[in-house]
Amino acid sequence: MQFGIFTVGDVTPDPTTNSTPSEFDRIKAILTIGQKAEEVGLDVFALGEHHNPPFVPSSPTTMLGYLAAKTERIILSTATTLITTNDPVKIAEDYAMLQHVADGRVDLMMGRGNTGPVYPWFGKDIREGIPLAIENYALLHRLWREEFVNWQGKFRTPLQGFQSTPRPLDGVAPFVWHGSIRSPEIAEQAAYYGDGFFANNIFWPKEHYMKLIGYYRQRFEHYGHGTAEQAIVGLGGQAFMAKNSQDAVTQFRPYFDNAPVYGHGPSMEDFTEQTPLTVGSPQQVIDRYAGMRESFGDYQRQLFLMDHAGLPLKTVLEQLDILGEEVVPVLRKEFAKNRPANVPDGPTHASLVAKTRVAEAEKPFALGGISANVSVDSAAANQ
Amino acid sequence: MSARSLVVVSAGLSQPSSTRLLADRLTTATVERLSGFGVETSVEVVELRDLGHDIINNLITGFPSPKLSAAVESLTAADGLIAVTPIFTASYSGLFKSFFDVVDPSALTDLPVLIGATGGTERHSLALDYAMRPLFTYLHSVVVPTSVYAASSDWGTGADGGTGALPDRMSRAAGELAALVRDSERSSRVIDPFALPAGFSPVGGYGAQ
Repeated sequence: MQFGIFTVGDVTPDPTTNSTPSEFDRIKAILTIGQKAEEVGLDVFALGEHHNPPFVPSSPTTMLGYLAAKTERIILSTATTLITTNDPVKIAEDYAMLQHVADGRVDLMMGRGNTGPVYPWFGKDIREGIPLAIENYALLHRLWREEFVNWQGKFRTPLQGFQSTPRPLDGVAPFVWHGSIRSPEIAEQAAYYGDGFFANNIFWPKEHYMKLIGYYRQRFEHYGHGTAEQAIVGLGGQAFMAKNSQDAVTQFRPYFDNAPVYGHGPSMEDFTEQTPLTVGSPQQVIDRYAGMRESFGDYQRQLFLMDHAGLPLKTVLEQLDILGEEVVPVLRKEFAKNRPANVPDGPTHASLVAKTRVAEAEKPFALGGISANVSVDSAAANQ
Repeated sequence: MSARSLVVVSAGLSQPSSTRLLADRLTTATVERLSGFGVETSVEVVELRDLGHDIINNLITGFPSPKLSAAVESLTAADGLIAVTPIFTASYSGLFKSFFDVVDPSALTDLPVLIGATGGTERHSLALDYAMRPLFTYLHSVVVPTSVYAASSDWGTGADGGTGALPDRMSRAAGELAALVRDSERSSRVIDPFALPAGFSPVGGYGAQ
């Protein structure tokens, strides 16, 4: 089980001081938060990608490349990489490069992006979001697995004898998660490839995501990648903590009330009841998240949103201390209890390499890179 | 007796409201007609006043509260809808529109609808035809030809007011709606929320030539 944080990289005024960080301050704060995540023992740091203010991370591999040099163990990921408006050729190259730079500590989460104008700014049309996500990923998947690619699709220039460079580290493509809030097409896509499926989970009631993840698990089995219980599931989450739960409520309320997404809407009490947002003591967060697998089944990755809505860096770092020292160690134990042996751990480069080698040894031909029904839970994969 | 499901949406704000009064009269008339066809009808009234905050929260957060979600689900699976709003500033009320703004645009396809409105004077009665009817046409609902507008003065006309009096209009509208509700199979449909579009392929070609 992997625990980590994800950030959208918003530049939001702190409602308690009315001060807004500069882009420089916020970019540096995100880099500090990424290093802190490793320091407090988390497994994953994931960064969003945006091309419109008030969000700063337009160039995720630049920031993740810096973090690769500054960290040693943590997996660097995205939340999300825009599979619709980016050229899949550039994604293949950028992230294979990052994989080498980071010694394999890289995976990606694909998303479509929901801001209408961003599509035409990149020459695309939001009404074709799903077809773009499907076709672009089909090309990306091949670019990482086939040396020379001939390609013709609807959305980009055809390719003849194109070789994406550098080749993925150890000949193994970065692991891919597909994120979606409501589209069964994306759950189907994740299941088809045997990729991971990530449910953002933080802005909607969990009943909605339970159905979507149930569908993904069922289709994962249908496509022959393992049983439904072995599908690779990630969940988002959100918490704000203080030793005394009432202090957490008091401190977080101005940030909640003015937050970019849900601020000026439901009360914090209603929102915490209806979504996984938990504001209270570390024990309350432990109880809430230890219960997630009752709803979603045993899963592989839990990411928390900890740094949005104008929370100052100092507060975010304190929150990460609590998360890393008091919450995650207990959750690790809770999630390990009665976890079936055949449920895989969160994917790492080492586990993917081991799995690929076993598949190569057992089968003279690979099914388009999908090593189906090969159960390898190598010790290297364990975090 | 076969069973049909009728949902009544009332956007009246005062309590008691003449909008709800009109909605109730239309409901009673429709249920009686259906009963005459040998059709048993379950009625669920959605008072938008009670859902006001939930509707705004849904607009802001993108997801419905459990209470609002239940109302939308009833509507999605209904065999008929009676929708009544007060006329504010030349059109349906903002709350009425906001409710239909949070319903999935495909959820009301083929739904038989009777539209009604209330107002202080008769001068706003055409709002039913220039505002409300196009709203449901956009949603691919089937709006019955007779819509019912009740001005304050209408509540003082008797049953013998002749053709065009309020009871006469309500009766005609209810008859038109009941015939469509009787033939509706919407409440017995099974909806697959994960149905993939025709021709979908996880590797592409979807939408292409």
